[in-house]
Amino acid sequence: MTVSDTHLLTVENLSVTIPSSAGAVRAVDRVSLALERGRTLALVGESGSGKSMFCRAVMGLLPRSAVVPGAARVTFDGRDLGGLPRRELAAIRGREIGVVLQDPLSSLNPVIPVGRQIAEPMRYHLGLSSARARERAVELLAAVGIPQPEERLGAYPHQLSGGMRQRVAIAMALACEPKLLIADEPTTALDVTVQAEILNLLGRLQRERNMAMVLVTHDLGVVAGRAHETAVMYAGRIVEKAPTVELFTRMRMHYTRALFDAIPRIDDPPHRELGAIGGQPPGPAAQRVGCPFAPRCWRAEERCRTEEPPLARDAGENHSYACWFPLSQEERP
Amino acid sequence: MRFLGGKLLHLVLVLLAVTALTFVLLDVLPVSVAHEIAGQGATPADVAAIREQLGLNDSVPVRYGRWLAGICRGDLGLSLYSKQPVSTAIASHLPVTLELLLLAQLFALTLALPIGIVSAWRADSKLHRLLGTLGFGLASVPSFALAVVLVYLFSLRLKWFPATGCTPLSEGVRVNLKGFVLPALSIALVEWVALMRVLRSDMIATLQEDFILLARARGLPDRRILLRHALRPSCFTMLTLFGVQTGNLIGGAVIVENLFALPGVGRLLLSSIFSQDFPMVQGCVLLIAVGYVTVNFVVDVCYGMLDPRVRREASGG
Ligand SMILES: Nc1ncnc2c1ncn2[C@@H]1O[C@H](COP(=O)(O)OP(=O)(O)OP(=O)(O)O)[C@@H](O)[C@H]1O
Ligand code: SF4
Ligand SMILES: [Mg+2]
Repeated sequence: MTVSDTHLLTVENLSVTIPSSAGAVRAVDRVSLALERGRTLALVGESGSGKSMFCRAVMGLLPRSAVVPGAARVTFDGRDLGGLPRRELAAIRGREIGVVLQDPLSSLNPVIPVGRQIAEPMRYHLGLSSARARERAVELLAAVGIPQPEERLGAYPHQLSGGMRQRVAIAMALACEPKLLIADEPTTALDVTVQAEILNLLGRLQRERNMAMVLVTHDLGVVAGRAHETAVMYAGRIVEKAPTVELFTRMRMHYTRALFDAIPRIDDPPHRELGAIGGQPPGPAAQRVGCPFAPRCWRAEERCRTEEPPLARDAGENHSYACWFPLSQEERP
Repeated sequence: MRFLGGKLLHLVLVLLAVTALTFVLLDVLPVSVAHEIAGQGATPADVAAIREQLGLNDSVPVRYGRWLAGICRGDLGLSLYSKQPVSTAIASHLPVTLELLLLAQLFALTLALPIGIVSAWRADSKLHRLLGTLGFGLASVPSFALAVVLVYLFSLRLKWFPATGCTPLSEGVRVNLKGFVLPALSIALVEWVALMRVLRSDMIATLQEDFILLARARGLPDRRILLRHALRPSCFTMLTLFGVQTGNLIGGAVIVENLFALPGVGRLLLSSIFSQDFPMVQGCVLLIAVGYVTVNFVVDVCYGMLDPRVRREASGG
């Protein structure tokens, strides 16, 4: 049995570098992971840790200047995405992978009625007639919990509330019944009360449709109970990865602990800095020597500054982490 | 309807202001109309008689009031010299101006739209830089210089188009259009650059938007993304500029009209100013102002068509 038989998505050794005036940014650094059909992988990390770039790399939608070193391999549903012609790749993107982004207002075209935006990929990829696509759009709007869906078809994004817009964006992503949904911080721009609604909606749709989902967030709190597996990203690398329950009960990374302590309380503003630890993630030109977290880690020793810890797992466990001096039993939350 | 009503009121106010201002400005000029008409050997008495006859002795407000009253009756007055009704003169010059303007703007858009779109799409390419240089070069050439080059190439050397003159439409559309191609091109070749630039920069900004990334994520082809998703939200600045340019051309294509001997409004206005033919100047100014406001109105309507957000504001008063 090959890997692709059980896995919908496998990513091997994916790196993305983006040239900039301050030197090349390693936005994504040697990321490998795999996702089974119908399951959810959460990707958690601070702002700038490379979560969005990773998603864009999977879809083949990187900025023009980005470079992906040759060793990378992205396999989706048995097909190597790197080796596909443009047209086929576009067809996969449109039909089999759905995407929801952070800001629902900027995710929707301001000058096209939402009904038409939802119908567009169905007409284009599935060849539906405009009447049929319209019907499907109504069903989709109903499925994402929009009241009076027929009347909403003609609405423009600015006429809807933030939560409604995100529901529309989700309906759009689901239009062609994708096998994988990539949700890049789907609730960050929303009110706290709406956030839970949208996350629950995503979970329900995912179960109903047996979709796999990559759920990106900077809020570790979102992950509990919503993702089968959680990968923590720092400076483009996956630094810890484990089944979600395992991660919460037996976290090994100081960085994960900091994210845990930073789980926002109800009244916090979004996108605040990590409270538990000071400092910033490494800048673009930073030399990759040693552990990238070392400048901010209270546990750092000489070895951390000279030698990069590999992402590895203890024997017999499904929990990998990249740290020389992982959290001990007493240091876990 | 309220939107329209507001626009109409605006129109009337603009027209009043512009024509009143023209009246005052013309009055400030050292007036010699009566001398001109009376001719070289005229006695002061002759001149005085003519002034009296033309009503030039009255104060500015009185004359303006008289002129306004005429307008209200639909009477633009007579030329001081030829005694031809102003409306007749305008009616014969306006079609030329309109044809020139439409053709020029059509050419300009035809160049600006595709080139702006493509160079925004390939914003990091050689083409983009080449266009930048070329555009800069063209934009810094005055239209009359371009006209001279065009005439040399296409009419003197290749003999494709006439160098000057205007054949009336009655002698056939083809011949008529031929006479307008070079003048329209020499305007368009200068104007399209600015249109292309604003379109390109707005489009580059639009292409950074999430909804474009998502359109690509939905596997739509580039062509569709550019034309269906990116173009409309990127048109607003270009549309505004297009309106301004069009407004300017109503009375402002003087140089090109003169070069190609096209009897347009610009030429009429210029010669009327030189001869201080008040009613004629006023008629032209009125026409230009109406033109400006109309163009503005059309541009506003287009905004509404392009952007539903504007539509709501407009209809909401
Ligand atoms: N369009 C771009 N061009 C160049 N560099 C970029 C671009 N977008 C992101 N980067 C860089 O890539 C790195 C990873 O950014 P990315 O957007 O993937 O982070 P993120 O984890 O999604 O953060 P956030 O929580 O803010 O969305 C950052 O260092 C960022 O500066
Ligand atoms: S390797 Fe060292 S610096 Fe890096 S997280 Fe572990 S203890 Fe901290
Ligand atoms: Mg992001």
